[in-house]
Amino acid sequence: MNRPIRALAVGCLVLFIAMLININYLQFIHADALDARADNRRVRDAEYSEQRGPILVANKPIALSVASHDQYDFIRKYPQPSLYAPVTGYYSFYSSTGLELTQNDVLTGSDSRFFVNRVVDLFGNNQPQGGSVSLTINPAAQQAAFQGLINLPGDGIGAVAAIEPSTGAILALATLPSYDPNRLSSHDFSAVTKNYKALNTDPAKPLQDRAIQEIFPPGSTFKLVTSAAALSNGYTPESTVPGGASLDLPQTTVDLTNENGSDCGGDRISLTQALEISCNVSYGWLGLQLGDNVLRDQAEKFGWGEHYLDDLPGQVASQFPDNPDQPQTALSAIGQFDVAATPLQMAMVAAGIANHGTVMKPYLVDQVRSPDLEVLSTTEPHELHQAVSPDVANELTQMMVEVVQNGTGTPAQIPGITVAGKTGTAQTSPDRPPYAWFIAFAPADDPKVAVAVLVANVDIPRDEITGGGLAGPIADNVIKAVIGQ
Amino acid sequence: MTSLLGFVPRKRRNIELFLVVFALAIGVAAYASVGLGANDKVPADIVTYGGGLAALGLLSHLVVRLRAPYADPVLLPMALLLNGLGLAMIHRIDLANIADHGDQTKTFAAQQLIWMTLGIGLFVAVLMLLRDHRRLQAFTYTAGAVGLVLLLLPLLPVIGMDINGARIWIHIAGFSFQPGEIAKISLALFFAGYLVVKRDALALAGRRVIGVDLPRGRDLGPILVAWLASLGILVFQRDLGSSLLFFGLFVVLLYVATERPGWLVVGALLFSFGAYFGYLAFGHVRERVDGWLHPFSNIDQYYQIVQGMYGLAWGGILGRGLGQGRPNMTPYSYSDFIAASIGEELGLTGLMAIIVVYGLIVERGLRTALICRDSFGKLMAVGLAMAFALQVFIVIGGVTRLIPLTGLTTPFLSYGGSSLVANWMMIGLLLRISDHARQPAPEARPIVSEDDPTQVVRL
Repeated sequence: MNRPIRALAVGCLVLFIAMLININYLQFIHADALDARADNRRVRDAEYSEQRGPILVANKPIALSVASHDQYDFIRKYPQPSLYAPVTGYYSFYSSTGLELTQNDVLTGSDSRFFVNRVVDLFGNNQPQGGSVSLTINPAAQQAAFQGLINLPGDGIGAVAAIEPSTGAILALATLPSYDPNRLSSHDFSAVTKNYKALNTDPAKPLQDRAIQEIFPPGSTFKLVTSAAALSNGYTPESTVPGGASLDLPQTTVDLTNENGSDCGGDRISLTQALEISCNVSYGWLGLQLGDNVLRDQAEKFGWGEHYLDDLPGQVASQFPDNPDQPQTALSAIGQFDVAATPLQMAMVAAGIANHGTVMKPYLVDQVRSPDLEVLSTTEPHELHQAVSPDVANELTQMMVEVVQNGTGTPAQIPGITVAGKTGTAQTSPDRPPYAWFIAFAPADDPKVAVAVLVANVDIPRDEITGGGLAGPIADNVIKAVIGQ
Repeated sequence: MTSLLGFVPRKRRNIELFLVVFALAIGVAAYASVGLGANDKVPADIVTYGGGLAALGLLSHLVVRLRAPYADPVLLPMALLLNGLGLAMIHRIDLANIADHGDQTKTFAAQQLIWMTLGIGLFVAVLMLLRDHRRLQAFTYTAGAVGLVLLLLPLLPVIGMDINGARIWIHIAGFSFQPGEIAKISLALFFAGYLVVKRDALALAGRRVIGVDLPRGRDLGPILVAWLASLGILVFQRDLGSSLLFFGLFVVLLYVATERPGWLVVGALLFSFGAYFGYLAFGHVRERVDGWLHPFSNIDQYYQIVQGMYGLAWGGILGRGLGQGRPNMTPYSYSDFIAASIGEELGLTGLMAIIVVYGLIVERGLRTALICRDSFGKLMAVGLAMAFALQVFIVIGGVTRLIPLTGLTTPFLSYGGSSLVANWMMIGLLLRISDHARQPAPEARPIVSEDDPTQVVRL
């Protein structure tokens, strides 16, 4: 009977080896995939219990994990919640947004840049710690931007984006209304669910980061793009264009008129003058002359249609209509019809002009640091596009300076600083108050900051809503905060 | 002498003692480690617990030393090692349940220690009372009848009860018991005794198909009876694991007894047929197969197997450390799924070590069978070793999703009195057979006559 017993022994060996191979597959090869499953409470709870690294602005945490003395060990806190909510996002047990989402690997320490730290932790038997992320945000500018928005009368909505023209570093990113991410990072999960539901169904959309996640008609601020296209196609600031009170739109019975029915100060005016007083007739005519393809190309060189922001989730691409007819092209040239842009996009228009025509790729993460604050990587600025030639950029700068000194942008003047800017007031529908825009950069001769401000729904008489009057002062405060006045 | 046995008989009792002490040390260290990992302190009762465990271990060694001096020196230490680790793990899950639910009443480790004491008591009884395994052959049919009765007990009204859909428990005077675990021993004994007598008849070759001699049709009676009985367990008790275990055991012993691989073919065909029939006819079989193939298709329905896999993955290569995982997220983490709990806290490394220890137990059992000098002892040893092998494969393979999950206890590790007691008796029987097999062959004594030597007559 020994032969079958030996055969059985071999059979048992096969069974046991099969078990060994199988658990190697399960616990080693397949383990990462199992750990990554969303319903895996062991991993979710453990990740949630880890000490996440802080998000820093000027070396001060705007999001940090503090000991919670409960089942989850650490709780995420946001010391200046509404101010930085559009940047940090929130980190709840169920989901996360903003930098908490995009920088998760860094904040948990699982990023490949932390490999050496992880190995040291493993052998030192230390709890793994997350790295920290330090931002390009200028705290004074962020404060000025958000304060300006909340000081608006009524239940206004708005957004501010400010960037450093030479690098694309985002200096401020504010939105109104904002929310308190602490209410979502709480360990009281039923309250978190309730708060999230309330925020998510709020018609004012406080969870939305308007500076990057929503597009608005840019109105007259788009005339900068039209001007850039014109100057790049043979026009000069001195070229004369039609002024007057109205422009007959081809194929229609309607005329394009100016804001408040003015006549732009003459039948023939210079391009500089047209921008100064934001003459719809002149720019509608320019749009017809240039055609939609030239306008679209110019817009795309400033970043329209692109997703260029990697550091925050959900950036919406700005849009220019695909196939407009002639009247629609004329309307598009003045930033109406289906032209729509994010406030960040409009800040990039200003920044591109300020940076001699080169639009830089915007970014928010300046440095990634290890748990012991050693700098592991620093973001290098990248060129996105050459939107216009340096000469054209120079001409546009002069024209924008004129806007602030003599034109619609006079409320945005700052003593001692030459501001280059452009106002905008975009109509949406007759029953809704218009969007007020102001985009600017300063100082004009050596730009340190480019900013775009959007304000809407404010509680003041409709004819007082102008880009210069409402949005201009907010932009000024941001500029002053950056330049240090 | 050497040429007769193929090896030099040695007692090796001191090696066993060393291994026993080593196994006990691991068990006690694991218990301390659980306390440190879960509560940051060594359990208060570490001295009494360690002392109790050591007393049981050393007692069992002493009995082997006195009553089975030539027995295999590795089997007892391995059983103690598994039992010690199992106790530590059950205690660990008690702590987790107390921490999560504050429930002090539903703890299992203390009861398991009592069962272990009883198990070692029966182990001692086997070695003390049974001086020669061959005497068991006289009880062949008694054992068969006892096995059958034990299997049928849970189906009786009043004492039998359903737990989680399987009717494999009896409940008497506040104790619940799985008679099937003891039936395993009786049936192994019955199969061995029965086959050792009938082997010649069953070995007759019938038709030859693709190089394999199939049995004669008229000899199929016994295997069909075993098959029907197994199907009965599947249908009436809804116990897939035991059904597979008993049938597998019979087929394997039939093969060893007759040396005819044809029986394996017949067994495999009958098994396939039964499995297919079970899959078509019974929801509970279908559910197990679906949970095996597509556990993530319904993570609520297949919660247990999914959580078991998550625990194993979470354990990774080195494990979370005793007391530092979350094994109690998996239902029945202290019994059927204790392998997953060990994989979570001791990692791939620990679980592989456990599987290898089981492999060694099987190997030692089969080795005993190889060197055993009587056919009945051989078949007994094969039966006991294969019962371990099949049970471990069915339960650990099920928990790790190698095969469909069928409920069985993990020998020595799982919480469960019937299983622990039965396994200790099986180790006792294996040691008894092994003591006999490893003894020096009886001296071929010269026949001494008081009379004159018989004269050689030359014709």
